[in-house]
Amino acid sequence: MGGDPAGKIDHEQHDFALWEKRVDALLVLSSSAGLMNTDSLRRVLEDMGEEAYEKMSYYERWISSICQNMIEVGAFSTEELATKMEIIKSRGATYGDAS
Amino acid sequence: MKVRVLRQWPPGHVRTPGYLRGKVGTIERSVGTFNNPEQNAYRLTPTKNRLLRVRFQMSEVWGIKAENPDDVVEAEIYEHWLEPFNAS
Amino acid sequence: MPHDHHEPLSPSGHPYRADDDKDLSYWQVMEIAVRELLIEKGHISATQIQDQINTMDARSPANGARLVAKAWTDPAFKYALIEDAGQASRNMGFDIGPMHLIALENTEKVHNVIVCTLCSCYPRNLLGLPPDWYKSRAYRSRAVVEPRKVLSEFGLEFNQKIQIRVHDSTADMRYIVIPYQPAESEGLSEAELAKWITRDSMIGVGLPRAPA
Repeated sequence: MGGDPAGKIDHEQHDFALWEKRVDALLVLSSSAGLMNTDSLRRVLEDMGEEAYEKMSYYERWISSICQNMIEVGAFSTEELATKMEIIKSRGATYGDAS
Repeated sequence: MKVRVLRQWPPGHVRTPGYLRGKVGTIERSVGTFNNPEQNAYRLTPTKNRLLRVRFQMSEVWGIKAENPDDVVEAEIYEHWLEPFNAS
Repeated sequence: MPHDHHEPLSPSGHPYRADDDKDLSYWQVMEIAVRELLIEKGHISATQIQDQINTMDARSPANGARLVAKAWTDPAFKYALIEDAGQASRNMGFDIGPMHLIALENTEKVHNVIVCTLCSCYPRNLLGLPPDWYKSRAYRSRAVVEPRKVLSEFGLEFNQKIQIRVHDSTADMRYIVIPYQPAESEGLSEAELAKWITRDSMIGVGLPRAPA
C-alpha cells in the first residue's frame, strides 16, 4: 500500500484484549511447530482482499488467516472446526463464558 | 552498484512493493540468504535466495511529485527481483 | 456478569478492554476453536500459550532504550550495534529469538524512519507489539511518499539539509533507530539516558526527550 492516498494518522491506542494476545501467541506457536510461517500468514491476509482490510480488525484478520493455514496443512479438518465452533457458541454469550 | 527492480506484476504472494517495481536504486548492503517467500507462502520447500537492501532516491520513485528529491527510501529486495542497471 | 478471573493492568496503566463481557464475536469463537483444536491434537499446549503471552507482555520499549543508552555512552558498543544489532542485543541479554535486526544511526545530517508498507513488521521481539498507528493504512501508505508531512504530524520538522531515510521492512530484517543524542543529555549515566529514549524515537517518528 506504499504510496496509496490516505488520510491523517490516528494516534489512538487500544490495549490488547486477551483474545488478541492469544491470536498473537497462536501465530508464534503454530509457526515454531512448523505448521505455518510468516509468509503463509501474509499470503492468506493478502488473498482476503481490500474488503477484509476495511471491515475486520487486525487480529480478526490474523485468526482468519491462521485458521485457513491450519486447514490447509491438515492440523484439523473443516468438519472438526465446525463442530468445535458450535460447541463453543453453546457455552455462553460472552468470551469469558465461552473460553 | 546500480540495479533495477523488475517491472512484473505476477499474481500470488511476493515481497517486492509495487511502488518500487521498475525503479532504479543502489545496493546498500547484502543481508544474507533467506527462504524465498514466494515458495514459503505456499509451504513449498523454499530455495535460499540472496536478500539485498536497495536505496532509492525519492525523485526516482515519485518523479516530480517527490516531497524532497534528495530524501531516500530503502527496502529489502530479493536478488531474483533485481537486474543490473547501466545508465547509457 | 461476575467472573472469577481478573486481567492485570496494561503497561500503560489502563485496564484491558472488557471484552470478556461483550457479546462473543464470530472471530473470538474461531480463536477459541483453533486454540482448543491445536491443543487437543497435541500441536501446542495451554501452558505454551500462557508463557508466550507472558513473554510478549514482558517486552517493552525499555529494552530498546537500554541498547540505545549503551550505544550513546560506549563507542565500541555502538560500533558493534551498527555492525550486527541482533548479536549486540543478545550479548546484552535480550532474548530476541531468530529476529534479524539492523540498527540505523541518526546523525546531524540523516534522520531514519521505519515503516512496513506490506504488513506490520516491527522489532516486536525487542520493543514489544507495535502501536496501532504503525499498523494503520495511513502510516503505511504515506510514510514512503511524504515522510516529512507524516513526521510533522508527529511534531517533527526537519530542514531540507537533513536527509530523511525511510526504511521499508519489506522482507526479513527488522529495524531500530539509534536517535541522535540531545546535547542537553551529555554526561548523564547510561541508566539516566535510557529514560530519554522513547519508543517513537526508536521508530524514527519522535526525538529523545528529558523524562517528565
